[in-house]
Amino acid sequence: MFDVVVVGAGPAGSMAAKTCAERGLNVLLIEKRQEIGTPVRCAEGISKQSLGKFLKVDKKWIAAEVFGAKIYAPDGTEVVMAEEMAGNEVGFVLERKIFDRHLARLAAKAGAEIIVKTAFVSFERVGDKLRLKMNKMGERWEVETKILIGADGVESRVGRIAGIIKTLKKSEIESCAQYLISDIKIDESYTYFYLGKNLAPGGYAWIFPKENNCANVGIGVLPSMAKATAKEYLDKFIEKIGVKGKIVELVCGAVPVYGEITTAVTDNIMLAGDAAYHSDPITGGGIANALSAGYHAGVVAYEAVEKDNFSSSFLMKYDELWKTDFGWKLGRNKKIQEFLLKLDDDMLNNLAKSISGINIREMSVQAIITELVKRNPSLIEILRNF
Amino acid sequence: MVKRAVVNRRKCAYCGACVAVCNLFATELIETFLEINENCNGCGICVEVCPMGALSIMEV
Repeated sequence: MFDVVVVGAGPAGSMAAKTCAERGLNVLLIEKRQEIGTPVRCAEGISKQSLGKFLKVDKKWIAAEVFGAKIYAPDGTEVVMAEEMAGNEVGFVLERKIFDRHLARLAAKAGAEIIVKTAFVSFERVGDKLRLKMNKMGERWEVETKILIGADGVESRVGRIAGIIKTLKKSEIESCAQYLISDIKIDESYTYFYLGKNLAPGGYAWIFPKENNCANVGIGVLPSMAKATAKEYLDKFIEKIGVKGKIVELVCGAVPVYGEITTAVTDNIMLAGDAAYHSDPITGGGIANALSAGYHAGVVAYEAVEKDNFSSSFLMKYDELWKTDFGWKLGRNKKIQEFLLKLDDDMLNNLAKSISGINIREMSVQAIITELVKRNPSLIEILRNF
Repeated sequence: MVKRAVVNRRKCAYCGACVAVCNLFATELIETFLEINENCNGCGICVEVCPMGALSIMEV
């Protein structure tokens, strides 16, 4: 009998397993793939503050440090965001292959058991506990546990079988494609974002530097608005802005842009990270929230085991924690995203022009919105009605 | 003849987007291998979200 079984060894799952194990719980972390950390399905960007919130940052994880962001409207109007202090890094581009493995090892070091190539299949309730059915390297395997934490990503089987989340609609998911490009010539101190209805319908294109003239060049599109595949939009984007270099890796993925779910728990079960649609509806960023959610879920799992109470009403403490931490932002940003989706390219150009040339001193959606509203007071009314 | 999603495994980048949007649990990703089972009713949402264009609906 385990205290906690965590499904999925990404940032949310490893963080949850580490947090539980550090408090002395008997923890099992399963990963359906044979290797943790690959294949990567991520643009790998995270703010410095978020990464340092629960972890001592290790240089080995970092592919590049960035000092600001440049956002481009469809007509090329540039909006620059950078910290007040020049030379002060604000964000990192991670090497997820290394980061994810390291995090899983931290969970192992804290005492969690880890098993790879093992997939969650289903569960049944036995008294106030769960019996999990799994497939371990091709063989059926069952274990009992008090708590199940689903950190099994955008396609969360735990979340959907338990009935906590609804399957995503095509207007609630970004379809993404990305190349790792070498021999690319860019100023490596910035991340770059490109907007436009034709360029990336319902999403954006990005260039994230990874040092040594390498960068993640990718795109996310909303299938409900897109007229072609993400890969086709990516190829067109690369041709349009004249990215020169060699493609050394292809990455695909899907990112929930759902907003805030009502609850991430049911009896015995909690969801964390993309499984709980914790990624940001505007930026698509998910690592920071996944780490936070994993931590909070771990803490609540510990308290539940200590109190011997695995009911949803007890686990709702986890809802309170993630919602207060970042959930409210998902809800707000979903509304802003819905507003942004209605803008045509001319409107985007005009908004960008209104804040172009102003150095936005903080790298956040909030900071941009604040500047936009300052220069376009009518936006307040529009946003309020959303 | 029924309509079913079919995957071109040489195009599939095994990202799982099609798994995330299928409420019939018809798509399953095992490592790099996408399987489509008989739950599939050919609705085509997976075709629309696939970043690679690896899926299509065919009569089988």
